[in-house]
Amino acid sequence: MTDALLRVDGLTKRFGGVIASEGVALEVANGELHAIIGPNGAGKTTLIGQLTGEIAPDSGRVHFAGQDITTLPTYRRSAIGMARSFQITSLFLDMTVLDNVALAVQAHSGHSFRFWTPARSETRLREPARAALARVGLGDRENVVVRDMSHGEHRQIEIAMALATRPRLLLLDEPMAGMGPEESARLVNLLRELKKEYTILLIEHDMEAVFALADRISVLVYGRVIATGAPATIRVNPEVIQAYLGEQQVAGHG
Amino acid sequence: MMPALTLRNVVVALLLLMLFLVPVYAAVIGNNFVLSLFTRIVILAMAATSLNLIMGYGGMVSFGHAAYLGIGGYVVGILAYEGILSGFLQWPLALLVSALIAFVIGLLSLRTRGVYFIMITLAFAQMIYYVGVSLNRYGADDGLTIYRRSQFGDLINLSNKTVFYYLCLVLLLASIYLVWRLVNSRFGMAIQGARSNDRRMHAIGFPTFRYRLTCFVIAGTICGLAGVLLANHTDFISPAVMHWTRSGDLIVMVVLGGMGSLFGPLIGTVAFLALEEWLSGITEYWQIIFGPLLLAIVLFARGGIDGLLAGIRRD
Ligand SMILES: Nc1ncnc2c1ncn2[C@@H]1O[C@H](COP(=O)(O)OP(=O)(O)OP(=O)(O)O)[C@@H](O)[C@H]1O
Ligand SMILES: [Mg+2]
Repeated sequence: MTDALLRVDGLTKRFGGVIASEGVALEVANGELHAIIGPNGAGKTTLIGQLTGEIAPDSGRVHFAGQDITTLPTYRRSAIGMARSFQITSLFLDMTVLDNVALAVQAHSGHSFRFWTPARSETRLREPARAALARVGLGDRENVVVRDMSHGEHRQIEIAMALATRPRLLLLDEPMAGMGPEESARLVNLLRELKKEYTILLIEHDMEAVFALADRISVLVYGRVIATGAPATIRVNPEVIQAYLGEQQVAGHG
Repeated sequence: MMPALTLRNVVVALLLLMLFLVPVYAAVIGNNFVLSLFTRIVILAMAATSLNLIMGYGGMVSFGHAAYLGIGGYVVGILAYEGILSGFLQWPLALLVSALIAFVIGLLSLRTRGVYFIMITLAFAQMIYYVGVSLNRYGADDGLTIYRRSQFGDLINLSNKTVFYYLCLVLLLASIYLVWRLVNSRFGMAIQGARSNDRRMHAIGFPTFRYRLTCFVIAGTICGLAGVLLANHTDFISPAVMHWTRSGDLIVMVVLGGMGSLFGPLIGTVAFLALEEWLSGITEYWQIIFGPLLLAIVLFARGGIDGLLAGIRRD
């Protein structure tokens, strides 16, 4: 496939006896929203970690935009257009929302060996940050210190920070984790908008959201991709139902 | 923009006014000791200010910061001993050596975090301390008397105690101003981001190591300058200024005054040395009071004295 933005081959990662990724192969085409689903501990977050370079795979390759990035440091991957949100919120808690997002802009606006001009008065940093905040619905909260905000808002900042790096590929690790139904619904709407502009790899347990948004779905179980395909085929795949969706439905009703 | 009339700003303004008036006061009461004490306070406040840059803003708790006091001092002392008295040579060389040593220490220690970083910086400082002890030509652990202060021709006469005091004060204010510009610049945002959440910094595209290393070098260099001043002030340099307890004192000054606050280190240094001076005048066993008192302030006022004044909680 020539228009694959992200291509992963034979990715394997062990933590002692635990196999978190086992020969994972994956392609994310330009412009698609590709969802990854799977039970807890299946290795979804570990996969994202290997895509962004935080975790070094034991073997396998990662190609991004036609370049082998398997050994590229995390910050360089960000520079060439990979952005992630964290499943467990990871923000600058002691700074304001705007400072958080402006830092993400700053990272992509040349080097930071600039010692004299006050960064908070640089419109080049503040305006794009404000735009990203407006996008996720936090436009009126820019001066609040992140620590003092709600969990749902933290989730929104996660996405705003990823957007502020102007990525080509968004890696979203359970963006709805811990959100109430109303917040989730708003986020689904946002993702539907973002889908038009970005290539997205979405990890999510909310099956309603996944099946509403995804162009394709890969199912990860015990570190292995057991199925990849359109939502309609995944929904009726017996192996998937047995390994994950069945359990999901039980959990959903219980 | 006019600074707001808050308790904290008023205290800082009064403190600065007092510092400017110290030589006048000393002249009026004809007591040189006060001037000497405050010269020391101002110099150590500069060292604490530089430590605050890495520790308060950068989250790099160096337990070896006093090493740069010694390095700056020894460059001046050794050059003076060898007959090179020009400050135009001594001072830049002292800054250069401080920067180089900070670069090497930073390069080797900034890969570690937390307690490991504290221990490694301590270990490096101890190494430098023992280098000082082994300098037999330059007095070994007895130290080295500096018979003539750095010479700047007709520009400035450091032997004039009042002139020297004002020079130290101006350099202190210059370092505080420098830190202020730095921490609000892009560089400073990167430093503070790395303190707050280094993992996120990498994820959004920052190679933080180079910024943290640069910050470490800047702080070491400023502290080296404080060392140059200290050696000129005491006309003496010995390994004792680099003892690990001195590094501990600097940390206490910063924490006492308020980490990550611009004037915190100055406030902390004044409080530390004034308390030390006052308590040691009352009783021989002053350290028994001093220790718990510091502990109480650090524990109950987590933002230090500056935090108390500002009435805000920092954690
Ligand atoms: N740093 C680590 N050290 C040891 N084991 C780890 C580490 N990180 C993950 N694991 C293990 O690897 C497996 C995959 O974990 P991972 O977090 O990737 O799963 P996940 O699919 O994201 O799960 P969840 O849906 O709960 O977020 C788990 O068994 C986990 O315990
Ligand atoms: Mg996970």
